[in-house]
Amino acid sequence: MPTRRPLAIGAAALVGLGLAACGGEDGGSAGAADGKIVVTATDTECKVARSEAAAGTVSFAITNSGSKINEFYVYAPGDRVMSEVENIGPGVTRDLKVELPPGTYQTACKPGMGGKGIRAAFKVTGASKPLADDAELKQATESYQRYVESQTEALIARTTEFVTAVKAGDAEKAKTLYPVARTYWERIEPVAEIFGELDPAIDGREDAVEPGQQFTGFHRIEKDLWETRDISQDGPVADKLLADVKLVVEKSKSEKLSPLQLSNGAKELLDEVATGKITGEEDRYSHTDLWDFAGNLEGSKNAVAALRPVLDERKPDLVKTLDEKFATAESTLGKHARGDGWKFHNELSGADLKELSDAINALGEPVSQVAAVVTSK
Amino acid sequence: MDRRKVLGIGAAGTVGAVAVGAVGARLVGTAEASERRSDTAAAVGFHGPHQAGIVTPAQDRLHFAAFDVTTDKRDELVDLLREWTAAAARMTGGQDAGTLGSVGGFPEAPPDDTGEAQGLPASGLTITIGFGPGLFRDANGKDRFGIADRKPAALEDLPHFPGDAIQPEISGGDIAVQACANDPQVAVHAIRNLARIGFGRVAMRWSQLGFGRTSSTSRAQATPRNLMGFKDGTRNVKAEDGADVLRDHVWAQPGDGPEWMVGGSYVVTRRIRMVIETWDRTSLGEQEAIFGRDKGEGAPLGAKKEFDEIDFAARNGDGDPVVPETAHVRLAHPDFNNGAKLLRRGYNFVDGTDGLGRLNAGLFFIAYQRDPRKQFVPVQLNLARRDRLNEYIKHTSSGLFACPPGVSGPDDFWGRGLFGA
Repeated sequence: MPTRRPLAIGAAALVGLGLAACGGEDGGSAGAADGKIVVTATDTECKVARSEAAAGTVSFAITNSGSKINEFYVYAPGDRVMSEVENIGPGVTRDLKVELPPGTYQTACKPGMGGKGIRAAFKVTGASKPLADDAELKQATESYQRYVESQTEALIARTTEFVTAVKAGDAEKAKTLYPVARTYWERIEPVAEIFGELDPAIDGREDAVEPGQQFTGFHRIEKDLWETRDISQDGPVADKLLADVKLVVEKSKSEKLSPLQLSNGAKELLDEVATGKITGEEDRYSHTDLWDFAGNLEGSKNAVAALRPVLDERKPDLVKTLDEKFATAESTLGKHARGDGWKFHNELSGADLKELSDAINALGEPVSQVAAVVTSK
Repeated sequence: MDRRKVLGIGAAGTVGAVAVGAVGARLVGTAEASERRSDTAAAVGFHGPHQAGIVTPAQDRLHFAAFDVTTDKRDELVDLLREWTAAAARMTGGQDAGTLGSVGGFPEAPPDDTGEAQGLPASGLTITIGFGPGLFRDANGKDRFGIADRKPAALEDLPHFPGDAIQPEISGGDIAVQACANDPQVAVHAIRNLARIGFGRVAMRWSQLGFGRTSSTSRAQATPRNLMGFKDGTRNVKAEDGADVLRDHVWAQPGDGPEWMVGGSYVVTRRIRMVIETWDRTSLGEQEAIFGRDKGEGAPLGAKKEFDEIDFAARNGDGDPVVPETAHVRLAHPDFNNGAKLLRRGYNFVDGTDGLGRLNAGLFFIAYQRDPRKQFVPVQLNLARRDRLNEYIKHTSSGLFACPPGVSGPDDFWGRGLFGA
């Protein structure tokens, strides 16, 4: 999905392991640990020196020989991100280490940091060690937590930029940053919603404000940007928004979502789309609902992806359906992409919205079946 | 699980016991059974040579829905029809839509029945399916599911009739489902659960609620009134008219078209908005002249009783026809339409208000027939050109669907003949 990517995301830990592998041929032959697999990325190609490795820690060294900023991903089936490295500037080489059990994967370079990327098959061989049921479920929780971490850093970075623009009185800049910051928020909403009091402070809509409560957060500033067109008094609101977002991020680090919470989170994200985004209620002043839509959809997909090993084993038919329906929802939404973002809600016709609604309904039903599958023995 | 176990079984027993002669024994039997029970809770049998919900005595409530098929896979469509048939058989029998039921499943899973019909009897529910022209070829002429060569010629798109104000978004559709019941909750429950089963394969295009029947399809029923206050469907085709009438006017016959439609019927739906506010300011005499019947008894003008023959030749003292040339009963009568008759099964509706201080009200017209090209189309052309009623009505939605024959038993399913599965 052509949503914006953070410029610097949690890749820091993965870098620093050495920038040495520039240009050299792949020296390793047997185990992946013996040497890095060289990846040469250009604006149009993604050459991975080997398409196979032994199970265990697999290391890649990615060199960007193109002119666009690039990214490199390793995907398990269902686009489950096993690991990624972002923000690889032209001429730069970055390393990626990833723990890969035996199976089939895909590598992907994303020149320009958008879309599905330039994909290639990648096979990991070796003895398969079937995980115990509970280990698989534990892995799901951890897998999703990795995803949340990757999003929260960007959430803070984008929110900081947005808040800074608001406080500087730069309404035009703030308007372009608003939907981008929200995208990250919307992706991880199942986590945010755990913290009952913070969610409404950050994301509450004006009609949901209870007597005695203040109307704060994203939508308050949205209203001031687009409707009242006066953000001169919004400094304290902006400061509080950033502080609240940071607090959610801090709290989320110690929060581990159970497989049941993940399943329900995936469903609820789609419910959010169905009730708030398709109707244009969420971003009623800015009409940037499609950014939120994309965020919710991606968040839902990642929550389901984290559960995929369990689902694959217990109900492969459902996985097939989920893959199809997620793909349909993504391609239906994709029709309304514009530049790095999306069209505005009020630019879509009734027929466009009906089509999106149908796609979400089609996806929501199978996603609602996930919870019972992961909780049943 | 039965929603109301005792009643469900009792009803089935009653129906089975009264299988009487002539026309479609099951349906007549059902009619008489219902009449004798003098309640409206009984179940109508689902399996048989014809689909229920056509000559079945018209129930009081309607929920009609049209779906677009969103999958492009024939197998998925056929699976859906199988699942729908099974769910329809269950629901018409007074059971939950799914085998686990409203509350019998896993706590972590959504129930396979939505639950609002718990405790309600079958309520005479019938669920009738029809296939629209778009199922055979899409708007670009593409043969979507490899069945284009089986499209009946009788399923050609209806023409534009003079005065039509058809809104495409509430018209047409690939598959139509008519749910009729004596309890509105039961009818809505049926459509809702089928829609849910269909998500990802079909998407609802439009739906219409009807709160009161405007036709009787059995002589056991009194003729109801439409929102203009007149009896409607006095001369309707009825279950008791005999096999000959139903054969000639309702059921598709061998040689009419494709084999899979034999025993089926074509349904035309028209949402007819009535501007009842201006109608209500019209004098009684003019209202009666427009319909050609008196408003109280429903007798043809110049006659005494509702079912008296209409004397179209009669003239009054001034030499004018007693039943005016432009009267609705004259223009719609078989004598002026090459003998064409329709089995009407319409419902009154009020869809809130129209924003102009008026009720958004009218008649959701439903008519079953053997061949719309020889029945609905010529009759409606006649009406659209000359009917004085047109001043007060507007057709806002239109649909045409080929309803296959009945489901023979548990192994059969809606459309099996069409898909050759």
